[in-house]
Amino acid sequence: MSMDRRKFMRVSGLAALGLAGGASRDLLAQETPPDTTRAPLTGSRWALVVDLRKCMAAGDCTDCSQACHRTHNVPEFDNPKDEIKWIWKESFEHVFEEQEHEFLEEALKHVKTPVLCNHCDNPPCVRVCPTQATWKREQDGIVMMDWHRCIGCRYCVLACPYGSRSFNWRDPRPFIKEIKPDFPTRSRGVVEKCTFCEERLARGLQPSCVEACKERALIFGDLEDPDSEVRRLLKERFTIRRKPGLGTQPEVYYMV
Amino acid sequence: MLEKTLSGDRRYWGWVFVLLAIMGLGFIFYLKQFGYGLGITGLSRDITWGLYIAQFTFLVGVAASAVMVVLPYYLHNYKAFGKITILGEFLAIPAVIMCMTFIFVDMGQPFRILNMFLHPTLNSMMFWDSVALGGYLVLNIIISHHTLTAERKGVPPKTWIKPIIILSIPWAISIHTVTAFLYSGLAARPFWLTAILAPRFLASAFSSGPALLILLCLVLKKLTRFDAGKEPVQKLAVIVTYAMAINIFFILMELFTAIYSDMPHHVSHFEYLFFGLQGDTTLVPFTWVSVILAVISLVMLLVPSVRRSEKTLAIACVAVFASIWIDKGLGMVITGFIPSPLGQVTPYWPTWPEFLISLAIYSFGLLLLTGLYKIALSVRKELPA
Amino acid sequence: MYDGGKVILGLVVFLVLLAAPIFYNLASGEAQHVPELEKAARGDQCVRDSTYMTGNHMDLLNEWRDQVVREGERFETGPDGATYERSLSNTCLSCHVNKAEFCDRCHDYLGVQPYCWDCHIVPEETQP
Repeated sequence: MSMDRRKFMRVSGLAALGLAGGASRDLLAQETPPDTTRAPLTGSRWALVVDLRKCMAAGDCTDCSQACHRTHNVPEFDNPKDEIKWIWKESFEHVFEEQEHEFLEEALKHVKTPVLCNHCDNPPCVRVCPTQATWKREQDGIVMMDWHRCIGCRYCVLACPYGSRSFNWRDPRPFIKEIKPDFPTRSRGVVEKCTFCEERLARGLQPSCVEACKERALIFGDLEDPDSEVRRLLKERFTIRRKPGLGTQPEVYYMV
Repeated sequence: MLEKTLSGDRRYWGWVFVLLAIMGLGFIFYLKQFGYGLGITGLSRDITWGLYIAQFTFLVGVAASAVMVVLPYYLHNYKAFGKITILGEFLAIPAVIMCMTFIFVDMGQPFRILNMFLHPTLNSMMFWDSVALGGYLVLNIIISHHTLTAERKGVPPKTWIKPIIILSIPWAISIHTVTAFLYSGLAARPFWLTAILAPRFLASAFSSGPALLILLCLVLKKLTRFDAGKEPVQKLAVIVTYAMAINIFFILMELFTAIYSDMPHHVSHFEYLFFGLQGDTTLVPFTWVSVILAVISLVMLLVPSVRRSEKTLAIACVAVFASIWIDKGLGMVITGFIPSPLGQVTPYWPTWPEFLISLAIYSFGLLLLTGLYKIALSVRKELPA
Repeated sequence: MYDGGKVILGLVVFLVLLAAPIFYNLASGEAQHVPELEKAARGDQCVRDSTYMTGNHMDLLNEWRDQVVREGERFETGPDGATYERSLSNTCLSCHVNKAEFCDRCHDYLGVQPYCWDCHIVPEETQP
């Protein structure tokens, strides 16, 4: 897709909607926090940069995944079999197998690395889905999920090289600690994953993991915007991506 | 012709009753699965496909193998297969229906399965697989119905059926090829990412399917007055021999590439199969049984005197079938998930409900097969000798 | 046709049995009873006129669903010129506050079980 088209969609579509959204929120102010009247955050190619050094400094901190899972009504199971995860931490050597070696920097070896959906530019999960229940959003590159349409075949789970997708093996509701009213839960039998908080972007908010990270180790922004912080970071610092050899073009970058 | 299934002796009804009872039991467990979710199976976040999809994969092979009697009979006019071609086609029909049922029970949202056709997605191999399977089912129903009706009336089949029969030959190849494409196009899963997967699937299908057909012929000879004859059974045995030899050859190709290149992502899966990984040795005994059965069966089949005796041929066929069932119906699918993309090893073993639901689907297939074979044999019996 | 009479008789019996619930409801007067639905707690205009909503709200919800989830178009202008969020939980239920007396009463009457609430949250449900 060309840049022009992306830009066009951004300006005409989302901006207009954003204004409309702002207006309506006042009318329906009931129960909704005041900061939802912001204009939506729009971008043409969303990306996340993870500053591993900062993340490392925070040790076993799980603020990002706790905030995300609370925001999105992600259930908490006490067994790995039923587990559902949107963003969580894995050891560096598992996340970057190909970078691992015997004498890897001690600190790095044990660093717990946040992992999530990479919102690939060339997503294999989207390619295999038989119903277009998962698709790449044209305007900003977010790999979306339609939980109304998903038939639960789990083919996308097979196709994802990052293990970023979870399936609802059973009814998740009883396992949600505190149900947040402004986001749906899921029914059993559908696949779910991180959506870069598209529902928060539409309300002008940063993704909840980014907002929750006190170390500011997660930086979210638009790669098509030359003045964005993510662009500046990628220009100045050395970054790596997960399994680049597979050609999926992940949009989550790690500064090591 | 369907009324032929409604008359039979006590043995027949007893068998039907047993199958229905297993189906009923499985259905109860399916209702349980439907209420609870697929978590009732042994599947997990890391092992997302298991026994159901593996049976589907195996049975697509059985369905496709009908081509091994259809092709010689219709394309090469090999008359000896005249008696058993209908048995091959009538094996394909229940096999495809079982495939579809296995897919259905594996869906998280079975009532939405039509979304696949409401939102057809040409880039999804699953869409093409369902098209291929559905088409193959229709082709086989049309062909077998028409040829059997013609035989019953004592007239030659109409000419319009010929192109349909010819079409069914590449179509049979396509169903198993597309099923292999489900797996072999995934960059995420190195175990399946091999161009030889489709040829391997076909080779294993063309050995296990005809082996089953030989066994069915021998069973029919024992239980009914139907005798397929020596020649077709022996010809099938030769087909099984060649296909099994090619199948083993293909597996050795896979092993060579993985082991000699020594790339961790490729070796680790085979390591899991043959020796276990990170302490998980669930499949190791099965793998070795499969290997031993494969070797024994091939040696048996290669020796002419062993192949010619129906008793030893039957043993070899059971060995072929069991070996390939383990390979495809167990090892092939599960091993693709171990280790996971994040290097983890999660053990998988089917649960009782999962096993019983699978057993019920096999019973359903056997019931259909019994009915169809009953029709075929009854029609034959009515004909003047 | 062999046994034509028996076949036709069998078909008739089958159809009668199939239609039995309809006859039962007609005879018992159950069909005449129309459930009384609770009026909206606030707002005097719905996003569409009420005749349309009675018969077609499910189509509108499906439309909204696709517009929001698939197109990212979350808002629309209603007949009164105001802007509405296309949201079952946040818009519909903000006026029709009583799901039991509004949604459920009619759905129960018609014997339909929409699965909206498997995932979407009824606002008061979150309060213990």
